[in-house]
Amino acid sequence: MTLTRPLEAMGRVVMHGLEQAGEILLLLVQTVLWLMRPPWRMRLVFKQMEFVGIKSLNVTILTGVFTGGVFALQTYHGFALFGAESLVGSTVALALARELGPVLTSLMVTGRAGSAMAAELGTMRVTEQIDALYVMAVNPVQYLVLPRVVASVIMLPLLTIVADYVGILGGYVVGVHLLGINAGIFVAKIIEYVDPEDIMQGLIKAAIFGLILSLVGCFKGFYAYGGAEGVGKATTEAVVLASVTILAADYILTALMF
Amino acid sequence: MTSPAAIIELREVHKSFGTQKVLDGLSLKVPRGQTTVIIGRSGGGKSVILKHMIGLIKPDQGQVLVDGQDIRPLDDREINELRKRFGMLFQDAALFDSMTVFENVAFPLREHSRFNEKKIREVVEEKLGLVGLTGHGEKMPSQLSGGMRKRAGLARAIALEPEIILFDEPTTGLDPLMTDAINRLIQNTQEKLGITAVVISHDLQGAYQVAHQIAMLYQGRIIAAGSPQEIRDSDDAVVQQFIHGRAEGPIEVL
Ligand SMILES: Nc1ncnc2c1ncn2[C@@H]1O[C@H](COP(=O)(O)OP(=O)(O)OP(=O)(O)O)[C@@H](O)[C@H]1O
Ligand SMILES: [Mg+2]
Repeated sequence: MTLTRPLEAMGRVVMHGLEQAGEILLLLVQTVLWLMRPPWRMRLVFKQMEFVGIKSLNVTILTGVFTGGVFALQTYHGFALFGAESLVGSTVALALARELGPVLTSLMVTGRAGSAMAAELGTMRVTEQIDALYVMAVNPVQYLVLPRVVASVIMLPLLTIVADYVGILGGYVVGVHLLGINAGIFVAKIIEYVDPEDIMQGLIKAAIFGLILSLVGCFKGFYAYGGAEGVGKATTEAVVLASVTILAADYILTALMF
Repeated sequence: MTSPAAIIELREVHKSFGTQKVLDGLSLKVPRGQTTVIIGRSGGGKSVILKHMIGLIKPDQGQVLVDGQDIRPLDDREINELRKRFGMLFQDAALFDSMTVFENVAFPLREHSRFNEKKIREVVEEKLGLVGLTGHGEKMPSQLSGGMRKRAGLARAIALEPEIILFDEPTTGLDPLMTDAINRLIQNTQEKLGITAVVISHDLQGAYQVAHQIAMLYQGRIIAAGSPQEIRDSDDAVVQQFIHGRAEGPIEVL
């Protein structure tokens, strides 16, 4: 009897995970269905684009610059061992375009905007504002979830472009100005080794991560319960679940695309 | 189809939350074009009844009928159409805290009327005036007192002049003068527009004043329903204890 208990516990966790995944997919389906039905609330979408995009510019730029810089530093020391310093630029650029740009940007935006989505919708849930929407014959998925999801899917790739760009700039400053790599070679190798396709695939990833972070944030908020504590719990869970899902999705997408 | 005299009817409704049984075979008829006041103990399930009427909560067993039609099988679109005929004031007002008071009251108008901006402004100012909130339109809900929030919620509930309005404790937390003013407002709105009103209230004087029918909830059922006079004259010991507010009697207070 006691031997099976850990198995049971594990089974429960798996079942709960699957159930939750199903519910999130259901929310996605509803969102997509509402996308095809007027009214389209462009004002709400723009407001969210500002919140998710413009207001995340600062953290995106900071993250990008330092990531590019530190990555250049790290690869330089490794590459210098066999005289491949000239490849530092292209290595930094490739890593940023394919992985670091989309992943780190999405994780930062998850912390900033995904958590806010969970907190906002969670508060609306526990103070009956979501019920009020239902009562006033306005569907909350269409009114609250759809604008956030659409805005995130659009803005994450744009933020990633910024992160890629300033990341390479950070790598350039460290590589060329601090470590003395030849500027012409640094740039030439980037152009030689980085395909537009690398960047494109990074942007596709970013769009999918945007979908994940907004959907998870909205889901956790939408089904929050239990007052202020419940909202806090929903917010934490949203950040953790979205971050883990982004990292797992990154692996799967990388395996599929490259 | 002839419409039945009861615009809303609850038939044998059972509802539990977890192991707690809240409604236990409750039946209630809400007559069309009249005011029904529901009274009963705090935590007894009055708000839950109201939420059943508008389909926010579904009964575990039993039926909720609007115009003689069971609302359970309705799909999203149909229930939305139905809800457009309702207005509701939530117990805690449930104002959208990201919008000003003005925008809150304008919300149902923007969603479901074809009014232009000028007309919307006019209607909102009028409703804010009716609840004594003229000049407070640009405030955010967090800047209002509890009573002001309630009145803002009331203005939002009546903005579209819906056919049926559900009021969850419209006068709780208001001063006596404002309580009287709001009772009159409910009465006037109901009479002028001939709407159906369902009011939850702990204010018995107000209930006697506005109600055509008073229904008393006790232990998950409506144990008495009738005109204010009939309720006052009821020989049910529970009803008598409740309306006279006595701690001793068949109801265990603590
Ligand atoms: N969503 C819910 N989940 C769990 N329990 C609930 C829920 N809604 C109501 N209840 C429970 O149902 C009971 C009745 O609640 P309700 O809000 O209807 O009381 P009420 O009669 O409106 O009281 P009051 O006069 O204090 O507003 C309470 O015990 C409450 O805990
Ligand atoms: Mg209540």
